[in-house]
Amino acid sequence: MRHKQNLVEFKIIRDRERCIQCEVCARQCAFEAHIFDADAREMESVDALCAGCQRCVSLCPTRALTVIKNPQEFRPDSYWTKNVLQGIYKQADTGGVLLSGMGTDKIYKSYWDRILLDASQVTNPSIDPLREPMELRTYLGAKPEKIELRSVGKTRKPRLAVKLAPQLRLETPIMFSAMSYGAISYNTITALARAAAKSGTFWNTGEGGFPKALYEYAPHTIVQVASGRFGVHSGYLNAASAVEIKIGQGAKPGIGGHLPGEKVSRLISETRMIPEGSDAISPAPHHDIYSIEDLAQLIGALKEATRYEKPISVKIAAVHNAAAIASGIVRAGADIVAIDGFRGGTGAAPTRIRDNVGIPIELALASVDERLRKEGIRHRASIVAGGGIRNSADVVKAIALGADAVYIATSALVAVGCHMCQKCYTGKCNWGIATQNDYLVKRLNPDIASERLSNLLKAWSREIKEMLGGMGIDAIESLRGNRLRLRAVDMTDTEMTILGIKPAGESL
Amino acid sequence: MKKIYAKPEYCMACRLCEIACFVKHSKSKKIIKAFREERGEFQARIIVEQSGPVSFALQCRHCEDAGCIEACLTGAMTRNPDGAVVCDENKCVGCWSCIMVCPYGVINHDRRRKKIAAKCDLCPDKNTPACVEACPNEALVYE
Amino acid sequence: MCGIIGIINLDRRRFSGELIAKGLSHLKDRGNGLGSGYAGYGIYPDNPDDWCFHIFFTSEDARLKTEQRLDAAFKVTKKEPLPVKPMTSVKRPPLIWRYFLKIPAIRPTSTGSAEEREKKYIFALVMEINSSGEGAFVASSGKNMGIFKGVGFPDEMAEFYRLDEYRATAWTAHNRFPTNTPGWWGGAHPFGLAELSLVHNGEISSFGINKRYLESFGYHLALQTDSEAILYLFDFLTRIHRLPLEIAAVALTPPHWEIIDCLPPDEKKLYTALRMIYASCLINGPSALVLGFDSGMMGLNDRIKLRPLVAAESKSFAYISSEESGIVAVAREKLKKIRHPAAGEPVIFKYRPTKNQIKPVTNRDGSKTGGHQS
Repeated sequence: MRHKQNLVEFKIIRDRERCIQCEVCARQCAFEAHIFDADAREMESVDALCAGCQRCVSLCPTRALTVIKNPQEFRPDSYWTKNVLQGIYKQADTGGVLLSGMGTDKIYKSYWDRILLDASQVTNPSIDPLREPMELRTYLGAKPEKIELRSVGKTRKPRLAVKLAPQLRLETPIMFSAMSYGAISYNTITALARAAAKSGTFWNTGEGGFPKALYEYAPHTIVQVASGRFGVHSGYLNAASAVEIKIGQGAKPGIGGHLPGEKVSRLISETRMIPEGSDAISPAPHHDIYSIEDLAQLIGALKEATRYEKPISVKIAAVHNAAAIASGIVRAGADIVAIDGFRGGTGAAPTRIRDNVGIPIELALASVDERLRKEGIRHRASIVAGGGIRNSADVVKAIALGADAVYIATSALVAVGCHMCQKCYTGKCNWGIATQNDYLVKRLNPDIASERLSNLLKAWSREIKEMLGGMGIDAIESLRGNRLRLRAVDMTDTEMTILGIKPAGESL
Repeated sequence: MKKIYAKPEYCMACRLCEIACFVKHSKSKKIIKAFREERGEFQARIIVEQSGPVSFALQCRHCEDAGCIEACLTGAMTRNPDGAVVCDENKCVGCWSCIMVCPYGVINHDRRRKKIAAKCDLCPDKNTPACVEACPNEALVYE
Repeated sequence: MCGIIGIINLDRRRFSGELIAKGLSHLKDRGNGLGSGYAGYGIYPDNPDDWCFHIFFTSEDARLKTEQRLDAAFKVTKKEPLPVKPMTSVKRPPLIWRYFLKIPAIRPTSTGSAEEREKKYIFALVMEINSSGEGAFVASSGKNMGIFKGVGFPDEMAEFYRLDEYRATAWTAHNRFPTNTPGWWGGAHPFGLAELSLVHNGEISSFGINKRYLESFGYHLALQTDSEAILYLFDFLTRIHRLPLEIAAVALTPPHWEIIDCLPPDEKKLYTALRMIYASCLINGPSALVLGFDSGMMGLNDRIKLRPLVAAESKSFAYISSEESGIVAVAREKLKKIRHPAAGEPVIFKYRPTKNQIKPVTNRDGSKTGGHQS
């Protein structure tokens, strides 16, 4: 027999006393979980179709709806859990690879939540960010190990004697990480671009190309060169502020991408430079990068193509050997190394890969930073950490572990409405984010969304300043790599060694 | 004069504007009660027009050259000092001439007390009309 | 808290350690008896060209082991226990010895001037001894200078070390109120490395990254204190990166971006580059310090002036102190130009060029200029 009934994830509870049959829920649900029964003149709901995205709950004018996890339990079993069984039923039904959107929801230890921050007391005053300048400005790019000076004029005034490598100037150490136009809607990337420009930071095109209409935001844009090479042309590379070579993604290390043909609209086809309606398949590896030498060649080629005016970033998924790989990337000439932890999000990934491949960003970041310092090449590249950064405290901890800046994407999408239903790959995003459907994309108003994104960055920046001030620090660079201001709770000695931090209770 | 403008590019046809308008012009002003007791007796004075993915909300444009004022038999339809076109319920006799001349089709019947023509009054007792307030996506603006 | 003071005779005339001890005693309230110390420049006119090490030993065994290292690395011209006055109030002092050392011919493989090569050699030896775990700590390692420090109040240390028997062209001094590390002899200020000495009032919140930065260049922070890190940052920037002292000071306490953004383009470029390149050198948090070097001394405050610092000049003397009272107490001439340096503004006093050059002294850049010996 078929097992379909066992797959119902959510239960829609409708308060009949409150429901006014206005049909807002029915009109808002792209999964068609709500329908109006004209004969009975009553709203009906189909639990099996519900994605749990909470769109109907949010818009119901009488608050008549509640969507809960389906309380129907299987026989309790701590090993063969409901999730495990449902996966097997689904695969037995379809014979397909399980897909998921967003980052892994499996229970893994969160190191962010086991790291505590320091604050000043008495001997070293905390600094009040409302009274004193509190500096978050960050420059990303290769720096020389030492400054070269020359003297000018009678007074022998010192002047900079060399031209520095190109840099990205960030007013706050938070950037929006790569999400392609195609995976997310045009309105969403517009909102990201506008917010990045307004907040003095950067957004990243992902592999979706860079629509011409958004070139006005080019000074705040990082363009990506990924394995499919979609949308890459000389104008694209030179329009941007930096170019990022995407080797891997935290949610699906070792896996490519696939944008189904039905999403490839006219504008997406133009932007990606592929025929309308054709599948856009990004191979797992770059087929011209099978080694670190090959990567060095591509970095060199991109630098040539952009006349050495743009920093080149290389993004990798956090994997076991991340530290050594990062070292190779820096030696291959990258100006920025972006590391994406295993909690990073995605529009679509095979569930088993999303849930089981890669390592936590905290550990990868700490080991990369330490490795580059040990090799004396930390100044040659900036480190950007991403993959599961949820709030300003995570940002502060990442920077103290050694990051120059962080990438956020899931947090950004949540700010513009995402409720983490993990159904991005269906193209039916009710919040108008991960969709190209004409009915749905309108739901994301970029005016509202960009304001919300700017607000998020503003709020986090304020909180970072408060935390810095509390630590008696007034410039973000004094936090960067300053692991002495972190302490661990509930960690093993080995974990603390890798993170380079001491247990709580141990002083200097 | 401030008017309500629709932004079809962000209208998602949820029709919350219609609901808000209905509640605002109901007796109780309470959403559940209004729908339970008054539904069918009168309509919202804003209509979401929809064709495929394109949709927008439409209500009285408060035209400068308002045909409804000219067509009104009793002088109920007038322009108030703020510039809004309003219907004096006491004077209206329900001849529906205004409904026939309105090029937008945004005047309708209100049968609750006597037959009168009902149309958008820009919610004179509110700073922002109820429909604009209710729009979750700023597809209606009042400016 | 901590109190710091520095006195320099701009004409290179030597003056007794009594004066600096008197000045420091006026800052007694700023310490708690857990550490005081003095650095004197020009105190060994009989051995001006020898590297002089003051070393603390925890035991005779430690001394013998360390002396083996010294014998292997140097020609020891003279060695002796540092003359001290045993006092009941000074508890459990370490063994304190003084060594005058000459560096044998250095292999010409290393780069830089002869002076730079020598300093590199000294640096390596100091790091080796301090990190050996053998119970030895090099308190000072410069030429014609020495550091006298330990656990006790300023007057006790002055008496213990018989400071009145030394005469220097410049003195710096420190009265300690330890916070992060327990008071012990090595942890007292001044900290020294080659000719540099540092007295510091403050506690920097950037220590973690300053330390990691230094360690990546081979520095060993034996004491795990921020003041030691600041000294090494100065050593690193002026000796290894050959930055002028003024520029090194900018790297440590740079102006805020809002100020840099308003500078003329050339300066803006320089300051932006300094902050970018030396981001990990920025000392954040409260600091007032006096850095002693062979041609003068420098006072410096943190970027938002969280610690007091006063500077003053008279006809032939210049002073830097935590409090004006310390200066007024020791001024022999009429004080002029009493000022409170702005946040991050270095105050540098250098010896004036002298007319009657009696004995040439090797400068930082390797050139020979006249020195004055009284």
